[in-house]
Amino acid sequence: MSTSTGSSRRVLERGPSGWLAAPALVFFLLFAIIPLFGVLFLSFTKWDGLGEIKLDGLSSWTTVLTDPVTGNALWVTAKIMFFSFIVQAPISLLLGVFTSASQKYRAALAVLYFVPLLLSSAAVAIAYKALLDPNFGLGPGLGLPFLAQDWLGNSDLVLFVVVFVIAWQFVPFHTLIYQGGVRQIPASLYEAAQIDGAGRVQQFFAITLPQLKYTIITSSTLMVVGSLAYFDLVFVLTAGGPGYSTRLLPLHMYLTGFKANDMGAASALGVILVVIGLALALLLQRLGGKNRNASQLEGA
Amino acid sequence: MELQMVKLTLRSAAIAVTAAAVSISLAACGSSGPASSAGNADSATMWGLTGGNQPVLQKSIDAWNKAHPDETVKLDFFANDAYKTKVRTAVGAGQGPTFIYGWGGGVLKSYVDAGQVADLSDFVASNPDVKNRYLPSVLKNGVIAGKTYALPNNNVQPVVLYYNKEVFDKIGAQAPKTWDELMALVPKFKAAGIAPFSLGGQSKWPDLMWLEYLVERIGGPDVFANIAANKPGAWSDPAVKEALSKIQDLVDAGGFANGFSSIAADSNADQALLYTGKAAMILQGGWIYQSMKKDAADFVKNGKLGYVTFPTVSGGKGDPANVVGNPSNFWSISSKATDSQKKAALDYVKSGMFTDADTQALIDSGAVPVTTGIESKLAASPDKDFLSYVYGMAKNAPSFTLSWDQALSPAQGDAMLANLDQIFLKKISPDQFVSTMNATIGK
Repeated sequence: MSTSTGSSRRVLERGPSGWLAAPALVFFLLFAIIPLFGVLFLSFTKWDGLGEIKLDGLSSWTTVLTDPVTGNALWVTAKIMFFSFIVQAPISLLLGVFTSASQKYRAALAVLYFVPLLLSSAAVAIAYKALLDPNFGLGPGLGLPFLAQDWLGNSDLVLFVVVFVIAWQFVPFHTLIYQGGVRQIPASLYEAAQIDGAGRVQQFFAITLPQLKYTIITSSTLMVVGSLAYFDLVFVLTAGGPGYSTRLLPLHMYLTGFKANDMGAASALGVILVVIGLALALLLQRLGGKNRNASQLEGA
Repeated sequence: MELQMVKLTLRSAAIAVTAAAVSISLAACGSSGPASSAGNADSATMWGLTGGNQPVLQKSIDAWNKAHPDETVKLDFFANDAYKTKVRTAVGAGQGPTFIYGWGGGVLKSYVDAGQVADLSDFVASNPDVKNRYLPSVLKNGVIAGKTYALPNNNVQPVVLYYNKEVFDKIGAQAPKTWDELMALVPKFKAAGIAPFSLGGQSKWPDLMWLEYLVERIGGPDVFANIAANKPGAWSDPAVKEALSKIQDLVDAGGFANGFSSIAADSNADQALLYTGKAAMILQGGWIYQSMKKDAADFVKNGKLGYVTFPTVSGGKGDPANVVGNPSNFWSISSKATDSQKKAALDYVKSGMFTDADTQALIDSGAVPVTTGIESKLAASPDKDFLSYVYGMAKNAPSFTLSWDQALSPAQGDAMLANLDQIFLKKISPDQFVSTMNATIGK
């Protein structure tokens, strides 16, 4: 940097070297793009995972698209996505704003809130499975009958239990994003608002929320698209049951591929999953407006 | 030629993709156990299951490796459900173990069809000692189209109706001999605040034991034989529908413990209900005796555990002595193993398995080995009542039906368990079950 002002200006004009993206691109190509085409190809074949792969035209697609379980899996996924968003977004926004202030007790609480994120999904699921056991879990253990429900066995209840456990695990992550976002907001904005006589609530709605616009978009994209990828936690917690009540699309894909050994149908489900995920991500990015890449801090 | 090359390349690419996907998901599930015996690069590999027989197998392999340092076997353990997924993907990708652990049935057939397991017929023919050590009714489960592809490796596991004698005494009841007696017990136990039956409904496969036995008692072994033979419309047999209705009657009557579909059999929570006296009875595999012996030693030792065969159903065609369950687990030898791995594997099968020490270790753990001539050993065991009972049950059964989820193809088995779960939850009717399952015939 200090050797030649001329070359450093050139770097600034063109942006950092494109080669910086090379390692990531190679991995993306190897582990995302190539498998994606592999899956697309497999969706037109019949394969049980052991024998020959046979080209089979559209039969996997007709099986998948006419199977009522697929429709149900889509519906369950949509419900989980909706409720996860409704539960997680406000909680993590408020917690993020709360923990962004500099008092010591808030910092201590922020560390506590962060703990669930450090645990693996499988561990979280196993722990909750034990806690929610109707005969040996938390309810009977503490003698609290209202906690001794059939949490994971009641088809109507189980969806909300899953939403709760997912929120328990992922709210810390989104809290962290919001905390960072709030800390980026210049203090001068709040000082000016205070001088103008704005109260705390007014400041929140007039400054914090608008300034967090892009943080909200980022966090929401991660929440919505991420709910297409909930697999490990639900797999260990309910395995899609009871019946098909929590058989999410990714779980349905896994069970079709690796339990029922129908790789063709599982691949078709995988393609559907990718298309939905991409469409949702694009849609959410569009909501951010055309100038979405500009920093919201400029001109503040 | 060229076409074949292209096919092969595509296939290996597909396998690599799948293997990558499954290894990620399996790593997330933390499936592999810590235990592993040492071995060199070309030593035979063996994947066993965690649980009751784990220490027995570990001991057997340790003894073999010590005596045969040039033919060592490297042993790893996996949890049941994770193993079933992992081994199939590994075998498909050419990364499978030398010893493939299995249950026989439709899953074994899919390995045979794919040419992944070695034909052991010649080995069995030239080693009559191997053949003669097994109970014939068990041995035949490793035979497909007249050829032997798998040899039994542990104990007979019939499904048994266990009951808690203490709570039966409390309400002054006898173990049920008929379905009507069973139904009559339900309100009595409920009135005493005891769940009549424990059921690990979350694991789904314990549900299946009810359907298997009811269909067997009502219609006899032919009903399922037709289903397994993929005869069109085989699920429409009236015995299936009657069995499903009887299951829903029992659900309606409150026969199963509260929240039974939240109870996991994999964590043994279902048997815990029995020995803690919260439930009076449980229909489960012979293997839970082993874990109860460990987890509830006093309960078993003090003779509080009762066991009977599944009750008869009035007007039923099935022989009351018929049994369902797992005849045994099996070793198949990978056809893709190297010659030295195969040789070591067959040598172990010939002289390392079912040694006196192995058989005794199995019996000590509360299991009945699948071998002949063990009556005196069983009689000398502290668990002789249960062991002799199970041995007699397996030996004298006119028909021993393999667990349906293992006997059917994986696609059928998966659909069957999910739909049966819906029957227990009363989300679908027996008619819906029958028509959904008929649509899976041949898949």
